[in-house]
Formats: sequence, structure tokens, C-alpha cells
Amino acid sequence: MTDSVIMLRRNFKHVVRNPTTVFNAVLFPVVIMLMFVYVLGDAFNVGENYVDYATPGLMLLAICYGLSGTSTAVASDMTKGIINRFKAMDVGRGAVLAGHVSTTIATNLVAVAAIVGVAFALGFRSSGGFLDWLGVLGLVLLTSFATAWITVALGLAAKTVEGAGMATVPLIMLPFFSSAIVPADKMGPGIKQFAEYQPFTPIIETMRGLLAGTPSAGSAIAAVAWCVGIALVGYLWSTSTFKKRA
Amino acid sequence: MVTGVGPIVWGMSSAIEVSGLRKAFGDKVVLDGIDLVVASGTVFSLLGPNGAGKTTTVNVLSTLMKADGGSARVAGHDVDAETQAVRSAIGVTGQFAAVDELLTGRENLQLMADLHRVSDAGPVIDRLLERFDLVEAAPKMVAGYSGGMRRKLDLAMTLVGDPRIIFLDEPTTGLDPRSRRTMWDIIRELLADGVTIFLTTQYLEEADQLADRIAVLDQGRIVAQGTPDELKRQVPGGHVRLRFAGPADLDRAAGLFPDSTRDDETLTLRVPGDGGTESVRVLLNLLHDNTIHPEDFSVHTPDLDDVFLALTGRSSAEVVK
Repeated sequence: MTDSVIMLRRNFKHVVRNPTTVFNAVLFPVVIMLMFVYVLGDAFNVGENYVDYATPGLMLLAICYGLSGTSTAVASDMTKGIINRFKAMDVGRGAVLAGHVSTTIATNLVAVAAIVGVAFALGFRSSGGFLDWLGVLGLVLLTSFATAWITVALGLAAKTVEGAGMATVPLIMLPFFSSAIVPADKMGPGIKQFAEYQPFTPIIETMRGLLAGTPSAGSAIAAVAWCVGIALVGYLWSTSTFKKRA
Repeated sequence: MVTGVGPIVWGMSSAIEVSGLRKAFGDKVVLDGIDLVVASGTVFSLLGPNGAGKTTTVNVLSTLMKADGGSARVAGHDVDAETQAVRSAIGVTGQFAAVDELLTGRENLQLMADLHRVSDAGPVIDRLLERFDLVEAAPKMVAGYSGGMRRKLDLAMTLVGDPRIIFLDEPTTGLDPRSRRTMWDIIRELLADGVTIFLTTQYLEEADQLADRIAVLDQGRIVAQGTPDELKRQVPGGHVRLRFAGPADLDRAAGLFPDSTRDDETLTLRVPGDGGTESVRVLLNLLHDNTIHPEDFSVHTPDLDDVFLALTGRSSAEVVK
């Protein structure tokens, strides 16, 4: 068993035992889904069945809602004595941080699976084949990986646990200003351009295409490029902050 | 690197060797050239008030922090160049319990066993839980533990890896007297097992009880170093206080002890002394032989304030400011 796996197990126990984290990461996205699809969905005219339109966006939203738990967990590790114990035991910084990233991915997968499950119950139908679904899974993993690294960096940069929680709010709000809930071209000026060019829109459009069985290479390339870029920035920022605080 | 300053003997028998250690945070000099040697299998106590540099010393020696100058070897390895070798030889229990609140006591110990790659950790964990009187609390979440239980678990976690050198940074600060005694007993047991202990404390009594050698740290400098007895001999302030029924007895007693200081208002006499049983017996016998019967009698041993007053000319409270 490597140190990273030991850390993953430790962090995952934390997630499961903290009702707030479970609620925020898994149940809250489902609640939002029910609200948009069940309560508001009929009012949106998106040119197709609303649950089919909204599911990819809500999958991304589920990933983002899982992040606040990560940044607070990282900040709480850093502000409590336990991090010094790990350091004095020669547990690599890689293991501590990778443990948080892999825990986030695991939590995200559970949340996305819940969204997909509820989507089917609400009448979601996909024309995507096995390979399309595999592509969706791959993109979910990549997005989760990238946003997790940025979130770990935010958690490390925060002075307090509360500050770390606040730092992820923009990330949680970002899906609302993308094509997740309604198409970008229906938004007001300014917001519309922002929604078109922000990283989550190509990710959502790629997933939407795959789930509909009509993948678009253009948005897929943009989505992967954004994810790799975000992951790289997050990773470099995390490791340099960790070194500074150590 | 600054080479050895002062009478330092580098040898196999020393667990920790520190020479000219310096550390500053910005303009604030925290360690201003520290030299010390800790023999293997002994308890060394770094005594000083808050802000003296105790925790910084521990952080540097336990590889958590890099010094600005000087050198330090722990278990024969340079803390700067051979961090990994140092880390595998030491255990650290810091001032703030480094336990995982969302895990149970047993899971905390299991986590340490996993990280140390202890095969068949079960019996090791059971023994530690037993030893630290945590068997009942083991299946409970640490978030519900008292301060004393956390400290005990913290130390138990440190012991999972069977370290030969243990750093204890103020292990009893904030503990009730009973938990403090338990901690002292555990430290003595560790010593009996041949472990070297580097202990920081604010309490002279604690250093006196446990340490083979004490160094007094003040504003980043070691102002005195020696065995507890050597140190106390440098520190006046120990005295016996006698209170009498009337001025006549006070007069006669004052005549018996020329070194004493009298206070006529409270009818008390302060007789300097180390407060040891022998000197107290002599003092009481002298009073008895002269048929003087004090109303009240108390022994005052020097405390950290006396040590500081004697060694630095300032009280420890002033140092904090």
C-alpha cells in the first residue's frame, strides 16, 4: 500500500463521516437537479426535452459542489498539527496532496453517478453508445482531476478553514454562468460572451454531444485543453504553496 | 556552516548534537546560537517561557524547519542533509495534539501503523491502547476526547514507529495534575526502554522531575545548562518561611539565623535554603532546641520565575512581553 492510498482511505473516511460534506457533494446537486428539471424545467425552452439538455451540465455542477469539502479538508489538515506529524514521518507532500485529489475524484464519481441515476428516473434518454459513455466517464475524471488540483491549491493558500470554504464559491457558481442550465445564447450581453468562452462550456458541450451520440471534436479538444491547463496550474500552485507553508 | 563552539564532544553516545544553531523570522531572531548535546538514553529538558524559542528548536531538530545557521545532528545524521535518516529515527509529539479528529483512537493508531508499514499491527495497537489507558475510548471518534486523552493518543501514535529519539514539545501544558502525572510516568517508562527524550517545558518542577540535564532558554540563547541540582544551586530563591505568635519569638528566631530576612508587620522570617529534608530537619531542630514554636511553617522551592530572575535579571512574565 502506498502512502497515497493510505491517505485516500483516511480522507474518504472523513468524507463519509461528515454529513455536511456528503450533503454538499452528493445530495445537494440532486436537489438542484430536481429543482431545475422538475420545478422549473417546463418553463425553459431549450429546443429539446429539458432533462436531456440539463443532465450534462448538472453532472459538472455535481463535480463543483464536491470541491468545497476538498478545500476545507486541505485547510484543516494544514492548520492542525497532523500535517507536521506526517511531515516528520517522511510522508511525502505528494502523498498528502494526491490523497486529497483522489478522494475528491472518488466523491465526484459517486455524485455524478447519483445525478445520472436520478436523470434516468426523470426521463433522461441517451443516444450515446458504449464508447460515447466511456468518453463521458473519461471527461468527468479529467474535469474532476483538474478542478481538484485547483481546489487543493485554494485550500493550501487559505489562512483558515472558513476562508478555504469561501475560496471555492466562485468555482461552485461558475457552472451557472455556462451552458449548464440554459444555452449561453439566451443570456444577457456580457454574461453571454463570458459563458461562451469560460472553460466549463466546452466541457459541458462535449458531454452533451457524447450523451446525444453526436460528439463534437472541436469542443472536445477545447475541453481537454482547458482541463490539462487547469490541472497544471493547480498542481504547480499546490506544490509551491505546500513547500512555502511547510 | 558554523563549526562547533564551546566544549562540545562529538561522539557516538550522543543522540543529539547542536552547535551554533541560529534561526530568525524576518527581523526577529528566535534562536541566537544554540549549543547542546544530549546523551543517548537520557532525558534532556529545554526550559523556558513562551516565546523563548523552544518550539523552534524542536521544529529544526525534527526537520520541520530549516535553520539559518549552525549545525545539528540527530541520531548521528545531519538534519539538513539527511532528513530522511533523521525522520526514520525520531518521533515528535508537538504542543498541539496532532491527532485526526474524524477517526477513532484505534484508527489513528492504525493510520500510523500503515504509514510505518508495520505488519501485523493489531497486537502493537492493543498494547499501546492498554498502556495509555485508552482501551475504552479506542472505538470512539477522537473529536469527543478530552485534552488529556488527545495528548495520550498523540504520544501513543508517536510510539507506533518505535522511535529511538522522541521530541516532546510541552507535553503537559494545559493538562490537569492527574494527566500530568500519567504523562510523567509514561516518559519514565520510555526512558527505561532506552529511548532518548528531548522535552521542552515551562515548568521547572517538570524538568526537575524528569530530566537528566536541563538547559534554560531565554530569548534564543541558552543562559544556563546542567543537571537539575547544578542548576538549582545557581538559583537562590528557595527559602523556608516561618510565622510567629509574637515579636519576642521573631526576635529570638532572627538571632538564630543571621542570613534570614524578617518582616515585623506579618511576624514572619524568611530563611534561605534549598528546602531539602535535611536542611529543614536541622532548622526545625534548632528551633525546637531553643524552645521557639512557629505558628506556621512553609517551604518555598525556586520556580521558573526564580530561575529567570537569577539568570537573566528579569521575570519570565517580562520576557513574554
